[in-house]
Amino acid sequence: MSVILEVSDLQKTFGAVVAAKDINVSVSEHETIGIIGANGAGKTTFVNMVTGYLKPTSGRIQFLGQDIIHLPPRDITCLGISRSFQVPQVFMSETVFENLLMAYAIVEDTGLAMLSPIMSEERASRVDAHLKRYQIEDYRDAVASTLPQGVRKLLDIAMAAVRSPRILMLDEPTSGISVEEKFPLMDIIMEALKQEDTTVLFIEHDMEIVERYVARVLAFYQGEIVCDAPTEEALVDEKVREFVIGEEYHRTRIERAGTETGNA
Amino acid sequence: MTQQIVAIIVDGLVYSSYLFMVAVGLTVIFGVMKILNVTHGSFYAFGAYLAATLVGIYYETDLPEFGGFLMLFLAAITVGLFLGVILEQGLLRFLYHRDEHIIVLATFAMFLVLEDVIIMIWGVDPYFAYQPMALLEASDIAGVPFDNYSLTLILLALVVGTALWFGLTKTKWGKLLLAVIYDRELSQAMGINVTVVFLVTFVIGAMLGALGGAYLAPTISVSPGIGVEVIVLAFAVVVIGGMGSIPGAMIGAVVVGLSRAAAVHLFPEVELFVIYAIMAAVLAFRPEGLFAPAKARKI
Amino acid sequence: MRYVDKTVIGLTIAFLVLLAANFFLAEWMRFIGLQSLARGAVALGLLVLWRSGLISFGHALYFGFGAYTAVMLSLAGFSDAFILVFAATLMSGLLAFVIGFLLRRYRAIFFALLNMAFSMILYGVVVKTEALGSTDGFGVGTPTFLGYAPDGEAVQTTLFLFTLVFTYLITVGVHIYMQTTLGYMSMAVRENEIRVEYLGYSAEKVIHVKYVFSGLVAGFGGGIMALAIGHVDPDSMANWTVSGEFVFITILSGTGSVAATYIGALVFELIRTYAFEYAPQMWQFILGGSLLAIIMFLPDGIWSLIGRLRKAKA
Repeated sequence: MSVILEVSDLQKTFGAVVAAKDINVSVSEHETIGIIGANGAGKTTFVNMVTGYLKPTSGRIQFLGQDIIHLPPRDITCLGISRSFQVPQVFMSETVFENLLMAYAIVEDTGLAMLSPIMSEERASRVDAHLKRYQIEDYRDAVASTLPQGVRKLLDIAMAAVRSPRILMLDEPTSGISVEEKFPLMDIIMEALKQEDTTVLFIEHDMEIVERYVARVLAFYQGEIVCDAPTEEALVDEKVREFVIGEEYHRTRIERAGTETGNA
Repeated sequence: MTQQIVAIIVDGLVYSSYLFMVAVGLTVIFGVMKILNVTHGSFYAFGAYLAATLVGIYYETDLPEFGGFLMLFLAAITVGLFLGVILEQGLLRFLYHRDEHIIVLATFAMFLVLEDVIIMIWGVDPYFAYQPMALLEASDIAGVPFDNYSLTLILLALVVGTALWFGLTKTKWGKLLLAVIYDRELSQAMGINVTVVFLVTFVIGAMLGALGGAYLAPTISVSPGIGVEVIVLAFAVVVIGGMGSIPGAMIGAVVVGLSRAAAVHLFPEVELFVIYAIMAAVLAFRPEGLFAPAKARKI
Repeated sequence: MRYVDKTVIGLTIAFLVLLAANFFLAEWMRFIGLQSLARGAVALGLLVLWRSGLISFGHALYFGFGAYTAVMLSLAGFSDAFILVFAATLMSGLLAFVIGFLLRRYRAIFFALLNMAFSMILYGVVVKTEALGSTDGFGVGTPTFLGYAPDGEAVQTTLFLFTLVFTYLITVGVHIYMQTTLGYMSMAVRENEIRVEYLGYSAEKVIHVKYVFSGLVAGFGGGIMALAIGHVDPDSMANWTVSGEFVFITILSGTGSVAATYIGALVFELIRTYAFEYAPQMWQFILGGSLLAIIMFLPDGIWSLIGRLRKAKA
């Protein structure tokens, strides 16, 4: 597995507040990584810096060997890093179909092709296939503002995935989703992304999700990565237990592991 | 040379005070209500007309001469209360939920209407209310003559500016207002009566606009169309200072006032557009004006 | 053929009808028609911007710049309408291209106001410059058309024909453009710029392109207006109230259809002409009152009336 994203010595300060400190991470192809940490630990700041929304105070971010720190979000997106948002960023007064049609059109039409009609049968069928992949075809003609939160989140992620990015960063894909819906939602997302061999990094608060879907964990605390390890190791790491998860989860996990005879 | 510098500085400060007086009402309304109020120009014009009329009537009587000044303030308060309440209650409150551009356009439409209302009431012939100005005579600073009335404008601007600053930061009402400015919905949820805050703010803004016109009335020929120029000047000042910021309006006014005075004395041909050039330049480097409010995280 | 739809057919019919009517119209009607087409073209540019969520309170800048380009060329000895109007269009487009680099960073009320600031710079320059005619402005000579030099009523008939052909082409062009990806980008930019950026496209670029287009058509409108009236002066071509009138027409027309901008411009022109004629002391009152009535009772513009009528029938 080759390294595609290399972050070194990343720092970000807002006035006196240190939002990111000495961040060093390298991400290889096909990895699935969970980013955990309390609110304000610097998770979203990290994602924002990698995707170009925030400029770091210092440090380097290299993607496929290219320095991307000075690039605006659109250029980083074009290079192959896409992202979703904690609050879904969709075209609220358009239908699900129109949202994805727009996404496909922006991705596919460049230069003078922008002056070709947005709608074509081929594109419509690609959109419909994408809707199926994310299992939101039932909502095809519903206006985005009327969607249930879970569907809107799926739409947001589906739009980010239109470009078939090398890396997809998901900002809390399950926040605001009910407990019963979480796993089905994640199944859909991970299944769809696996088909494309996308490298996934996602921010998550729910340790059960982390445990089930990721192989590697980055734990943030006060702007620093306090642990970067395979999931099994990370979840029992002392610092992670103290700063990120809190003892309670850990205890229930051990109990559960005891009764269920070590379900990984 | 010294004379020219003195002239530029004093003229500049007088003009700055004038600009502050015409801009401050606009910025108060924008700051609280997020409405760019084109009828501000009408408040100015109505203030000037009513002041000219009242001053005219006053000096027909034998009352003490300095009482004429009271007429200026009386005019401003009357116009502010009357027009402010009518416009807010009769028009704006129905539009708060609409697109901000539409609200601007509605105030533009109202401005057009009021332009002709002025002509209906006062006709097209100019009015003069020179008496208060004549009363104060002239003096000279370093050999340059100035009329004292214009100098009192600086005083008035300082008083109004300080009063607003005090009112906003030291009184309960001001704090309520700041809360509404910061987050309208949250304030509503906290039990602040935003409806009343809006009405009062609009009336205060209207009074300030009218006071600008009323106090300027003795120095100008009060004639149709005086509101048109004022409105763009006020916009420019407010945008330079940062929309909705009172210290911003003050700094904006001083920057523009001094530059214009310098232009008038040194390069008279650029006088008219120097203001807009400054506005464009400021915005090119500080998109939200000199005093930009902080912004919340979006994603 | 994929571009031909109901609107294109409708526009074509309207074009042919007007083309025929040109020979029968009374002079004053043709004059109102000319002005409506010129203003309608400017409003069309504003419509394109408005679909991206932006309104300019300063398009008198491009309108005036176009008009003054035409008049200065006319004074320099050029009389061909093709040269004058194309130069007007091009120069305004160029100006919009340059200013666009600054303005594309702004949104909402700042965009609207900054446009006004730039338009007031032009106004200030013109008013203060004798060489540009100062407050009095200039008269424009009678135009010729590719060597054809009409006189009398034929001047206006030919100018109307000329204007009609070009506004028709521009309008059909805009309608087709609205079906393209770039046209739909307006919606995307208006609704969520963050998403546009993260799909890999620059919202600013989209806005810039649209801005240049709006500048081009405003210049075109200005050039036509200069020839139609035969006179340019800063107050009727470059003042902020002129910009306000364009916004008025845009709101009056609504975003429903490209054709609506011309109907809006015609309604505006009629209100203004009649108000000015029958109540010269009240014309602003009437204009402002109409605008208020539209804002309050017809929020989606006059085009929505057609929709309502259809509903009522059904």
